[in-house]
Amino acid sequence: MSSEVEDALKRIQHMKDVHGTIIINAEGTPVKTTLDDSTTLQYAALIHQLTATAKGTIREMDPQNDLTFLRIRSKKHEIMVSPEKGFMLIVVQNITEEK
Amino acid sequence: MADEPVDAKGPEKDSDNKEDIKPKSKESTRPESKASSSSKTDEEKKTAPRVKSAKSKKDGKKTGGKGNTKSKPAEPKEESTEKDGGGQDSMIPLFISSKSQEIFQCVADEHVTEDNPHKLIPKDAIIQDMRERAAVSDFHPVKQLILDYPGDEILLIYDADFKYGQNFVLVSSDEEKQRILNPVVEQAEDGSPTGEEGEAVEEIDPVVYQYVPPEPKEWVSLGSEKEIEEASWKETEQKIRITIRRARREFGGALSFSDRNADDAKDGYIECVPFEDKSFSLKIMELDKDVQAVSTYTDQGSQTVWKHPCNKYTQYAPRELTEAEQKNLLSSETLYNFLDRVTPRFELALQQNDIMDVFRDDWKELGNEDDTFGSKSDNHLKEYQSFTDLQFSRDKVLTCIAWHPSIKGIIAVSCAEKMTYDERVDNSSRIIMTQSLILIWSFSDPIHPQILLEAPEDIVCFKFNPTDPNIIAGGCINGQIVLWDISKYVDRLKNTQRGKQSKKNAMLNVPGFEDDSSDKTPVVRYCASAAIESGHRNAVADIQWLPDHMEVNRFGLMVENRNLQSCQLLTASVDGTIGIWDTRPSKSQSQTADDGKEDNPLGVATTFKHLDLTWKPIIKIHMSRLEGSGDYGPVRVSFQERQGDRHLLEKMQKEGSAGKSSIDRKDSNMGGGFGIRSGSAKEKRQLEGATTKFFVGTEDGELIYADLKLEKDPDSGKLVPPRADFVKSFHDRAINTLQRSPFFKDIVLVVGGWNFSIWKEGRESNPLLISAAASKQFTCGFWSPTRPAVFYLGTAEGNIEVWDLLDRTHEASLSQNISASEITNVYPWHLSHKQQLLAVSDNVGTLHILEVPWTLRNLTHGELTSVTSYFDREDKRLEYQEQRESVHQENKRRLDAEEAAKKIAQPPEPSTEEVDNKMRTLWLEYLEDEKKFLLDLGLVEEKEEPLPDV
Repeated sequence: MSSEVEDALKRIQHMKDVHGTIIINAEGTPVKTTLDDSTTLQYAALIHQLTATAKGTIREMDPQNDLTFLRIRSKKHEIMVSPEKGFMLIVVQNITEEK
Repeated sequence: MADEPVDAKGPEKDSDNKEDIKPKSKESTRPESKASSSSKTDEEKKTAPRVKSAKSKKDGKKTGGKGNTKSKPAEPKEESTEKDGGGQDSMIPLFISSKSQEIFQCVADEHVTEDNPHKLIPKDAIIQDMRERAAVSDFHPVKQLILDYPGDEILLIYDADFKYGQNFVLVSSDEEKQRILNPVVEQAEDGSPTGEEGEAVEEIDPVVYQYVPPEPKEWVSLGSEKEIEEASWKETEQKIRITIRRARREFGGALSFSDRNADDAKDGYIECVPFEDKSFSLKIMELDKDVQAVSTYTDQGSQTVWKHPCNKYTQYAPRELTEAEQKNLLSSETLYNFLDRVTPRFELALQQNDIMDVFRDDWKELGNEDDTFGSKSDNHLKEYQSFTDLQFSRDKVLTCIAWHPSIKGIIAVSCAEKMTYDERVDNSSRIIMTQSLILIWSFSDPIHPQILLEAPEDIVCFKFNPTDPNIIAGGCINGQIVLWDISKYVDRLKNTQRGKQSKKNAMLNVPGFEDDSSDKTPVVRYCASAAIESGHRNAVADIQWLPDHMEVNRFGLMVENRNLQSCQLLTASVDGTIGIWDTRPSKSQSQTADDGKEDNPLGVATTFKHLDLTWKPIIKIHMSRLEGSGDYGPVRVSFQERQGDRHLLEKMQKEGSAGKSSIDRKDSNMGGGFGIRSGSAKEKRQLEGATTKFFVGTEDGELIYADLKLEKDPDSGKLVPPRADFVKSFHDRAINTLQRSPFFKDIVLVVGGWNFSIWKEGRESNPLLISAAASKQFTCGFWSPTRPAVFYLGTAEGNIEVWDLLDRTHEASLSQNISASEITNVYPWHLSHKQQLLAVSDNVGTLHILEVPWTLRNLTHGELTSVTSYFDREDKRLEYQEQRESVHQENKRRLDAEEAAKKIAQPPEPSTEEVDNKMRTLWLEYLEDEKKFLLDLGLVEEKEEPLPDV
């Protein structure tokens, strides 16, 4: 089972411009990461909070609805987050400016 | 009370009100009363007349009081001043005729005088007189008054000055009489009358005071206007007016001043003794002070107590999973399921991003559509200015141009005779006589050059020192290297920047201050030239200052230069050598550099005295040919390091120990002490990451890639320059431009002959781009300083071609005729983001300054990345080509080998039997296949074999 997880992650990691992938658990503790420790911790803590807020917003508007995917576009990265029961996958993608 | 006028101060119930006997008389005397009257009379004035009933009572009292006055005989002698002030209601002016005077024995100036004006006349005598003379009596007008008079004697006062209007004054009140006659005694009397008055007051008490609003009255002067007048300031003294004249002949006379001893002459020394100025020792006589009552207030504050402070913080360690937990989780079914659900979303999102950038701003790109070539917008080079000097530059070849690195609008150009070698030899005598000059032009004066630099021979190339623009190095046609120092004249360049004309005119207009030399262009003689025996033996084709962050040592290694001053020169000469020169004095010379002042008639700057005629290159490299004998004739050199690029140095600084001295940035305006401070090269660290390899362009159109680093010759053990890495010959004539792109360190533009090529350092087989042979020669080229895809080329026809690699690579994007003759140099200069100028020189002595249009100087959208990818693409193509070439060669070699092998071992001829067999098997195979094919198509049915009978 472990190798299948690895494979799934590897597949994402090898897509174009992917900077890193992080899996965190429900408490925001990193489970698996391809980034360095400090960055991972930062992402885990901050994105976990943000996702919780986003999730809260969706649930507030419609209690039967739920957040499935969150994309944050910044100048340098695009951060994609998908929370599901118990885990959260974070993918950071670099943005290539076409000049 | 109602019928009497009541004063506002009526309520004052003083003893004085007794006098108010006759309101009528009061009215009449009031205007005459003096401001200087005594305080008592003042009060009287203010007191309101009493009610009649009270008056009568008062009168009764008066009569009582009369006894008092009577008991005291009046003293005739009185102070006149006191009496003068006595003008009152009770004082009635009276004219007494001389007859009456005789009767009463008060003849003026006889019985009564000015000094002794008082005369007491018995009341009875007057009454008697009135009875006798009736209306003739002088006292008739005051008959009633006298009759009412309480006392026995009436006081007459002689009014010599007619102060009251008549010659005598009658005192109608007894009280007043007493006061006049004995004022001093009266005060002592005060006690007794008050006692009586106390009774009077008691009696008056029942009268109810009624307030009557004050009526406006005519203004009466009480002397305040006098006080105001006294207090106001008036000019009393007349102003002094002084006129000083001097004879006209004394002006402008011849004067001769000289020094002299102050003691010699009598009036040569005037002492000024210190003294006390009385105007500063005035005592303060008066003091202005004021007091104001302010409600009391207090300042109070309260502050919480600052208890033991301490810097503390608490932070939890981030929660992390243990390895076992992690392993557990990673292998758990839930995580796998989670990923299974989630990954498709990410893949979708990532694919979306890959396919299209949804955030791209299309509008931004739209804006640039119009800017490409071919659009109607203005994209031509505009003539901005042109310089030609009738005396010095006309009909000469402009060999080199250079913009001043720091002062805007200053450009230098070197001129040389337009002759071939043979002509030069023929005309050598004439050439020696003419000056060889570099002209420095300013945009403010297109007629006269600002400075002329004099050279020993015609200058082929020259450069401003990038760190000290006052230093200029030039290479001559005879191989000499010369240096100029224009720091003395730099003000001239700076002044021309703005408003020079007006300033000059203003200066010239002042009579007596005309400066003929201010208008004359200064000629600056070169201040150093290289030693003849160690210099180049042929024209110096290229000269460059090495960038300020590096220098080259004797072993051809690049070391750091912490002073950040360019002090090394790189020269390339047609004699086949490349030299590196150092402008700093060597150790042995530095001591003798400053000895003695020699006469210096030409005003040559002594900056490089230590170099003059002894200057030797620190390295000299012979560019010997790879094949055959002889040297290449290098005319252009190009190193990778560039001026202003500090990243290598900074990297070293970071890596190097922090304790090491940091870069001490010296003032670039160092003038005389040029470079003397620089230490020896021994302690200097090697500049890591800098390559010592360089490109060389030769006279014959070859491009050489060589290394500066000296190698040990295995045979002799001497240090010798290595042989060139490769030599490529793509150009049919001398290389005239070898320049690295300002945007890419490794991209080199090479121009020579009828074509140009672009090379990438490290890709040695072929150029990235080589142009087809043009119909005319390219004479010069230069990269655009602001656009990576653009470069300018000059042609022998006098055209300027603008090439834009992103527009088209097979022909110029723009071609414009500038001059009727050959273009010798082109040099774009980025003045500001609003202006970019292109200096173009031709070989008839005109320097054209053109303005670069907006489209040619502004970076188009994504230009840098496009150009980078273009070069990368070309590089990849070359790489592939190289690979293919090697593969082909390999293949060819193999095929050749096989062929050779085949030739050696020919296989034997097969026999006829074998051939027949082969043919037969092939035929059978064919039949089989055909049958199968037909069966598959269903054209032939297979014969079903009947079942065998049982």
